[in-house]
Amino acid sequence: MTAVAPYRSELAAGNDGFAQLLRAEWTKFRTVRGWVIGLLVAVFLIVGLGALGGLGSQCSVAPKTPSSPNPPPQACPAPPTGPDGEWVNDSFYFVRQPLTGNGSITVRVTSLTGLYSTHGGIQPGQNQLSGMTPGVQSWSKAGIIIKAGTAPGSAYAAMMVTGSHGVRMQWNFTHDVAGLPGKASAASPRWLRLTRSGDVITGYDSADGAHWTRVGTVTLTGLPSTVQAGPFAASPAYSVTSTSLGGSSSTGGPTLAIGAFDHVSRQGSWPAGRWTSGALGADIPGSPVLPASVQGFRQADGALTVSGSGDIAPAGGDAGSTIENTLAGTFAGLIALVAIGAMFITAEYRRGLIRTTFAASPRRGRVLAAKAVVLAAVTFVTGLIAVAITIPLGEHLLRENGNPIFPVTTLTWLRITAGTAALLAISAVLALAIGTLLRRSAGAVTAVIAAIVLPYLLAVIPGILPPDAEEWLLRVTPAAAFAIQQSVPRYAQVAADYTPGSGYFPLASWAGFAVLCAWAALAFVLALVALRRRDA
Amino acid sequence: MSVVAEAQSSGAADTQLTRAVHAEWTKLRTVPGTGWLLLTAAALTAVVSALAAGSVSCPAGGCRVDPAKISLTGVDLGQAIVAIVAVTAVSGEYSTGMIRLTLTATPRRWLVLAAKAATVGAATLATGAVAVLASVLAGGLLLARHGIDPAHGYQALSLGHGPVLRAAVGTVLYLTLIALLSLGLAAAVRDSAVAIGVVLALLYLFPIITSVVSDPAWHRHLDQISPMTAGLYIQATTNLRALPLTPWQGLGVLALWAAGAMLAGGLLLRFRDA
Repeated sequence: MTAVAPYRSELAAGNDGFAQLLRAEWTKFRTVRGWVIGLLVAVFLIVGLGALGGLGSQCSVAPKTPSSPNPPPQACPAPPTGPDGEWVNDSFYFVRQPLTGNGSITVRVTSLTGLYSTHGGIQPGQNQLSGMTPGVQSWSKAGIIIKAGTAPGSAYAAMMVTGSHGVRMQWNFTHDVAGLPGKASAASPRWLRLTRSGDVITGYDSADGAHWTRVGTVTLTGLPSTVQAGPFAASPAYSVTSTSLGGSSSTGGPTLAIGAFDHVSRQGSWPAGRWTSGALGADIPGSPVLPASVQGFRQADGALTVSGSGDIAPAGGDAGSTIENTLAGTFAGLIALVAIGAMFITAEYRRGLIRTTFAASPRRGRVLAAKAVVLAAVTFVTGLIAVAITIPLGEHLLRENGNPIFPVTTLTWLRITAGTAALLAISAVLALAIGTLLRRSAGAVTAVIAAIVLPYLLAVIPGILPPDAEEWLLRVTPAAAFAIQQSVPRYAQVAADYTPGSGYFPLASWAGFAVLCAWAALAFVLALVALRRRDA
Repeated sequence: MSVVAEAQSSGAADTQLTRAVHAEWTKLRTVPGTGWLLLTAAALTAVVSALAAGSVSCPAGGCRVDPAKISLTGVDLGQAIVAIVAVTAVSGEYSTGMIRLTLTATPRRWLVLAAKAATVGAATLATGAVAVLASVLAGGLLLARHGIDPAHGYQALSLGHGPVLRAAVGTVLYLTLIALLSLGLAAAVRDSAVAIGVVLALLYLFPIITSVVSDPAWHRHLDQISPMTAGLYIQATTNLRALPLTPWQGLGVLALWAAGAMLAGGLLLRFRDA
């Protein structure tokens, strides 16, 4: 009995490295005309729908004045920008003195009360206080502030008593540090102090005026030698969005905070002087701030009562458009790329090419990995090109139509551009993995679209699902990845409508993106297992 | 002359249609997956509807809920599965080459499309009826538990109530029209991945694009021509005045889309090589 030597080809073994596989898959991809056309269609859809969104968003105001009752419409004004470049609300009642050099200012706050309107609608010149309900907002503020000037958006640092968040030190709109907890009252007053030394401002609080605690120290770069300082009061608009289905409705209106101060004193080189006062940022049409005529201050026996409306806080994107408004076409591009991603594998099964592929490269996992790399690279570049065209074009069209655009930093711009391209690439890989599992295009494409586009649709269009269900959808489904496009940050110290319908995602940008990546990784592992166990 | 031959020559069109329908029905029911997909469509519709109805929290009963609409939310997902069934009924034949056999057996191509429409439409109608019935029953039970009941001033979710019946029947018709829209587009596009992509893009993209358009006039017009948004107006039972179209007009918009897709699919099928 002779041992039969197994057949060995005379030909030298070919190079079967991963690079060869990549080249093979890239050749397959670029030579299918339909897929290349599909990429172009994706770019066209992303750019075209971005332009459509820009064209269909007109924003104009027609401020009526006694001299011109029917003025021509103008572009919507952009809100003031703060020292860090973001949009801010900077409207409050300010009782102030110009103070030069270093020094400190101390007050005692004995109460913070308020009024609010539930029926919205601000009629300029009308005294509305009679129709308002007593009650203080959770972020109503009364305290002392040192501000670079009275220009809207100028740098500041402030110590304040709030409606239900205790004593806070806030500066330059976006920063917030907690001090003593609890409400201020005559029985339990709050002492507040701000000390200036050069550009550095330190805030202190105290329950008795004797024992002081430092709350925060901040550096306000470029603070002029003469600042405006003194007591202030502000109260953000009251707003309740009802959880109605079939159309959300919000009721609300302007509010007033009334702060009672005494023991006002100035130390250091700051002399006692006469207070001047005024409502900053009031009487702007459409802003939820009470008219200046109903804000004000009274002074008697060393005690001050300041009534103010408005807010000193970051403003969000409601006053105009956001950069992600130009990217609605992402969903259309995503559908095209997902279809290509699924077909990249299902077409091989349909034509039987998969058998040739596996004969040439028997290690199936590497084939799928090569496909994923090629697909991800191609779709990432396609997405990047499309987004790089769409954002400037969309912004231009939005501006032409009078929409101010929420300013973003270069880093945010990069995150949105690269993140959107990455989102498209990972979605295509998810489609490839599901296509491998199902081996059917229609099922794979539907599964991915139903997992990404549908949850977004259900969560973002108000009135389809209750708010809790909306947030839940954007935490667990791959649609969470669209958080990568959110350009407006949320702030704990602002009571705003932070819902998906208003453009705020429950997860942070990269956390949301990680949810999509986790789904894609899971599908990819399942696809690898199925590919090895199954006959081709 | 035999009886069979006589029948063939006289009622030719009738018999041909019946035979084509019979052939299509045999294909549809024997393709593995159709039954499962239709079952999945009905189950997903009912489950998502029940989840949506169960997630309503309205402690004081003070929120303005449309009980019929929320109880039928699952259709948003169920329609995607119905679209798969309809698309694969056409695209599946192209991917396997079966279409050539079908067209050899029934050379009058519009007859093939009509037969497919009849069978897929009937299957969807039956599936939709089951899904909607289950959704409404589940919604009625769950919403009543959350205080959305006549005791709190809401209309009871009963099919005996006119608008609720209209919403339920309309939703079954909605699903059927989605099947016809998908069928027509699949006949036009042929490839299943592209066809399903186009169908889902038509359905899901309109509302997303509309949400970033701030101009109210554009907003209204986009809602009026959107097959999904306008079509689902048929589910509205409260606050009808706020809608840009009446419920039946809305379903009519979807019917126009479906008719357009069937026409395009039929013409391409007629004049193109298979």
